[in-house]
Amino acid sequence: MSEASLAAPHHRRAALPRGFWLLAVLAGLAVLCALSVAIGTRSVSLAEIWGGLTGATETIGEAAVSKRLPRTLLAALAGAGLGLSGAVLQGVTRNPLADPGILGVNAGAALAVTLGLAFFGLAGFHAYIWTAIAGAGLTAGFVYAIASVGPGGATPLKLALAGVASTVAIGAFISAVLLPHADIAGGAQAWQVGGVGGAGFAGIRAVLPFLAAGCALSLASGGALNALALGDEMAAGLGERVMLARAAAALGAVLLAGAVTAICGPIGFVGLAVPHLCRLIFGPDYRWLLPLSALTGAALLIGADVAGRVIARPSELDVGIVTAFLGAPVFIWIVRRQKLKDL
Amino acid sequence: MSRPPITGTLTDTLAAARRQRGRRRAGQLAALAAVVLALVALTLMVGQSVTPPGDVARVLLGRDVPGAGFTIGTLRAPRALMSLLTGLSFGLAGAAFQTMLRNPLASPDIIGISFGASGAAVAGIVFFGLSGSAVAPVAIAGGLGVALGIYALAWRGGGVAGARLILIGIGMAAMMQSVISYSLLKASTWSQNEAIRWMAGSVNGATLAEAVPLALALAVCGGVLLLRARDLEALRLGDDTAAALGIRVGWLRITVLLAAVGLVAFATAAAGPIAFVAFLSGPIVSRLIGPGRSLLLPAALGGAVLVLGADWIGQFALPMRFPVGIVTGALGAPWLVYLIARSNRVGAAS
Repeated sequence: MSEASLAAPHHRRAALPRGFWLLAVLAGLAVLCALSVAIGTRSVSLAEIWGGLTGATETIGEAAVSKRLPRTLLAALAGAGLGLSGAVLQGVTRNPLADPGILGVNAGAALAVTLGLAFFGLAGFHAYIWTAIAGAGLTAGFVYAIASVGPGGATPLKLALAGVASTVAIGAFISAVLLPHADIAGGAQAWQVGGVGGAGFAGIRAVLPFLAAGCALSLASGGALNALALGDEMAAGLGERVMLARAAAALGAVLLAGAVTAICGPIGFVGLAVPHLCRLIFGPDYRWLLPLSALTGAALLIGADVAGRVIARPSELDVGIVTAFLGAPVFIWIVRRQKLKDL
Repeated sequence: MSRPPITGTLTDTLAAARRQRGRRRAGQLAALAAVVLALVALTLMVGQSVTPPGDVARVLLGRDVPGAGFTIGTLRAPRALMSLLTGLSFGLAGAAFQTMLRNPLASPDIIGISFGASGAAVAGIVFFGLSGSAVAPVAIAGGLGVALGIYALAWRGGGVAGARLILIGIGMAAMMQSVISYSLLKASTWSQNEAIRWMAGSVNGATLAEAVPLALALAVCGGVLLLRARDLEALRLGDDTAAALGIRVGWLRITVLLAAVGLVAFATAAAGPIAFVAFLSGPIVSRLIGPGRSLLLPAALGGAVLVLGADWIGQFALPMRFPVGIVTGALGAPWLVYLIARSNRVGAAS
């Protein structure tokens, strides 16, 4: 009898199979996509939605709907990329607070793009993307290297402090570059608030190869991340090539985060909150966690984008601001939940 | 009188060693203060034109000096005073935070206090058209509100742990940053420039009237902090040891928090968040004067040196004029890397 009651929690998890949750997330994603097309600053009728979907742009409503299509697609891609990237980073660093924003990836990408705009006449999607990915990768590596010096490796506290301190330093450099260049200050400022409002199919097409490569690398590393979660020695004992697996997964995560940041600007906390949410529901198996983090991230970002359009009518809130406001409390909740010695 | 000679020697030796340490510390403080005074004199005398010390003294004494009255009285003297006061405030508050949280990285500009003050101020500038002295109370309310929020959220199980306080501060900083970004995005062009300039931290165009509230805050909050300096040092040994030494840890922490936040908020309100001064001055002076006694007073002087020096460099030593916060940020970045790597190696940040 006592054995059965001990086993009960496992049975309960089995009672809500992952397949059910997977379907639920997919259904939620579909509903949010529909809402994202239907709801906006401008109210449109059903006929206009249909017209916009089929490519007509005669009335203002139809034109508005056709503008919302690339926006929804971009929100889905960006959310998926960020959620996946956060899950991979948390696995690679074995650190619950790893997130592209916390690791300074956003700030690094912002600095690279600002430098490019100010001194090298940066133009075109591809230039943006390469610059942002380079800045993101360099900063992430730098922050992680600083945080892992010393005893205990990169603890969440050290990682967060190193990331924030680097972000502050990078912010000073960005201001130093922007102050003498008043002409680009507005554009750079607009880019620094993450948003999907200016989406177009051209930008999406440019960023798609990077997202695909990052996605493939990340999803392929699910098994390796499971092994890494046991500790480096155990993973090596299980036949995993630890450094290679870690480097491949991290490269995938940086590609994803850098590409999303290049096209949308920095969007914080999606990468942090989504994997934790998924871990609560699906358990710690990375082979499930990674694809589900991508789906949930897409749903979350579309939802945040729709919320931003509804809350601030007739204007709209950029999605980066909405996610920071939703995500920072999640961050605080995770910190409060952690046992102190793990920080 | 009839003390056994062996005890007498020991007390004598201890007393002599203590006197010697006291003298050394007094000498170090005097040297730092001398550097501060020298930089104030430099700011007063050397600008676009060089004013002889006699003229400076006459202007400061209220006499009318043709040619120098405006330069010194209106431009340089308020600027020097504001640099001095903000430097002292940031340095003192930063060292208080670092000592209290036992972490050299946990200064108010890292854990969200400065962001709270800046966020409120920028929102005030952009959305309510505030400028000048009206920005100050908003910034102060923002800084205090964020600090209290962080403290309340870090409260769990009857106490506040340093590590949790820092991480929650980082979360709050992210929220305030999104407020700042949003405000800047919605700003009209001129208020955007004003806000960016303010965000960078600048003592440009300081007036004596703006310096008065900061001076009062420095007197009150700084006094409180210096009075609690000994207790803060005991807190370095750990909460339990400090409690065993008879210190009411929770009470001490909230007093120091309020006083230090008050300093940061008033200084930020007056000059904007001058990057890294609070963060850097404590560790720099601790490297200069070595461990042992409280860092608060030396760190305050160190902060003043940083702001005065960086402001002069930003004005006259670079190809174009930069606000002081940019110079301290750029100077601070390499130091920061060095500090993090170093403090991690000795385990202070773990």
